[in-house]
Amino acid sequence: MSMMNQGRPTQPETSGSTGNPTFTGNRALMLEEPLIFEVGAPDVTGVDLEAVPPHASRLGALARTAPIGLPGLAEGEAVRHFTRLSRQNYGIDMGFFPLGSCTMKHNPRLNEKMARLPGFADIHPLAPQNTVQGALELIHRLAEWLKALTNMPSVAMTPKAGAHGELCGMLAIRAAHEARGDARKVVLVPESAHGTNPASAAFCGYAVENIPADVRGRVDFEALVARLGPDVAAVMITNPNTCGLFEPDLKRISDAVHAAGGYVYCDGANFNAIVGRVRPGDLGVDAMHINLHKTFSTPHGGGGPGSGPVVFSEALAPFAPLPFVVEADGRFHLVEEETAKAEQHDLSFGRMAAFHGQMGMFVRALAYIMSHGADGLRQVAEDAVLNANYILRGLEDVMSAPFAHTGPCMHEALFDDSFLKGTGLSTLDIAKAMIDEGYHPMTMYFPLVVHGAMLVEPTETEGRQRLDQFIGTMRHLAEAARSGPAEQFTTAPHFAPRSRLDETRAARQPVLTWQPPVEGRLAAE
Amino acid sequence: MRYYTRDHEWIDVDGDAATVGITDYAQGQLGDVVFVELPEPGRTVEAGKEAAVVESVKAASEVYAPVSGTVTEANQAVADDSSLVNSDPEGQGWFFRLTLSDPGQLSALMDETAYKSFVATL
Repeated sequence: MSMMNQGRPTQPETSGSTGNPTFTGNRALMLEEPLIFEVGAPDVTGVDLEAVPPHASRLGALARTAPIGLPGLAEGEAVRHFTRLSRQNYGIDMGFFPLGSCTMKHNPRLNEKMARLPGFADIHPLAPQNTVQGALELIHRLAEWLKALTNMPSVAMTPKAGAHGELCGMLAIRAAHEARGDARKVVLVPESAHGTNPASAAFCGYAVENIPADVRGRVDFEALVARLGPDVAAVMITNPNTCGLFEPDLKRISDAVHAAGGYVYCDGANFNAIVGRVRPGDLGVDAMHINLHKTFSTPHGGGGPGSGPVVFSEALAPFAPLPFVVEADGRFHLVEEETAKAEQHDLSFGRMAAFHGQMGMFVRALAYIMSHGADGLRQVAEDAVLNANYILRGLEDVMSAPFAHTGPCMHEALFDDSFLKGTGLSTLDIAKAMIDEGYHPMTMYFPLVVHGAMLVEPTETEGRQRLDQFIGTMRHLAEAARSGPAEQFTTAPHFAPRSRLDETRAARQPVLTWQPPVEGRLAAE
Repeated sequence: MRYYTRDHEWIDVDGDAATVGITDYAQGQLGDVVFVELPEPGRTVEAGKEAAVVESVKAASEVYAPVSGTVTEANQAVADDSSLVNSDPEGQGWFFRLTLSDPGQLSALMDETAYKSFVATL
């Protein structure tokens, strides 16, 4: 198969070709775009300022002696510059975006419409509470949904994203240990956990110890239980884990951790695979963050900020951060420092954010939840898992899926690079070839527990036609990788605005700011 | 005498002084190394615990101390030019030197033949 069904040729015109053969460097209406510093200068700016009348400068030695070097563009050219750049971007609104662990699902436009209502969009966080009752009620309603979906009694809405939520959960765990005078120093993190977990625990001052994964890609239960003891403050476990697999031992793990005096933090980044099907509170979890920007479809990855509310068990609820919304007699108010003692929340460890959280994301998430309803959310999880398994089974015979023999995956399909053995190609080469085919590559080289990992998360919003097209593309690439020539892959991408970049040089000798052209070179031109 | 660990560090021992680095197999797996974080001289390191960090275009990995001891020197050349880890991992690309606190720990490590057959199984 050398033609995709979009009709686009998949063979490079010339192997390793870089640059465009046209006079302008443009490729039809895909325009080559220089840096703004290269197209604009202060003398072509669209604004005419009157010359400054002669005056005595009081800056002395601080006066600037060289040109400031800012670009200047007429308005029309500035608009074109950024519009052209935006066309070179790739997002979920452009096409399939199977970035594993990131849950790049469609963001329904209804959410956007709701978030732009002036009563939500134009209010100030310091507005008197009696003037923003609707906004407070919305936060409260969303909190009630999150508590019901997780079967957890308390939720902190303020954390701004996933890792911020992890930090919030770990701070509550530390506060709970400190409140009983128990200075535990160790947090156990399984290999199958998200990469941010060890960083969050270390940031809280804990020593982090790894727990190995077993041959099924799950937490090694025996190894974890053997390490428990009076020095272990918590276990941070990701469920479904970062191999896209459900951790069936979580309840047993929680019981063992609690018996040893520790707490269980669950990374809920993959809650989208189990929402409506599994309630983490039933599995003995003490704290879990929920990525509204994954599970509940609020935009992320350049499209908007994250939001990571944290649900808490009965044991940790008293330590939850301020502020939070409570309802009394049909009115809503914030519990803050001034009122915390009176409302019996004086054990709170403090604040995660200055104000109440990501209001715009709360609106989007609640719009998503209410438009789906409880049964719809359950179907979201089921369809996400169905789509991932469709991809896993559609590719396992031509790629290599290390855990496919253990049964179905959850919301993401994990492959390793053993199918590339003997081809001289790597996971990176496959990812680059996918760009030529018009796909954003999957997550690669993560999780670390498998070699050359490729983690594919289709999400529930892709239909069967799109999945079949992706499977067809990947089958073609896997077969082409075996049949050669390798150069087709090692020099890819060939059709992107830039061909293969030198990642090593970019990391070793990063150029982070625009470098003005050398004076001599300018003169010579 | 050179010893190897299952985590792909090597250690050259001369009396109670030793030099530590990562093996050629390890650098091949990591890919191009872009950053190396080395321990300060004077720091005590514990066998099997983190002593340095190596970051490649693919991932950041911890380098464990093969045996316990006190760091006497970090290889500034590697800190300045991390590509030495790729070009000469078991020579100029060494990470740090240390004074052994318990030479008996060496008996738990592999010699070259044992390490080569270990790598062949991976």
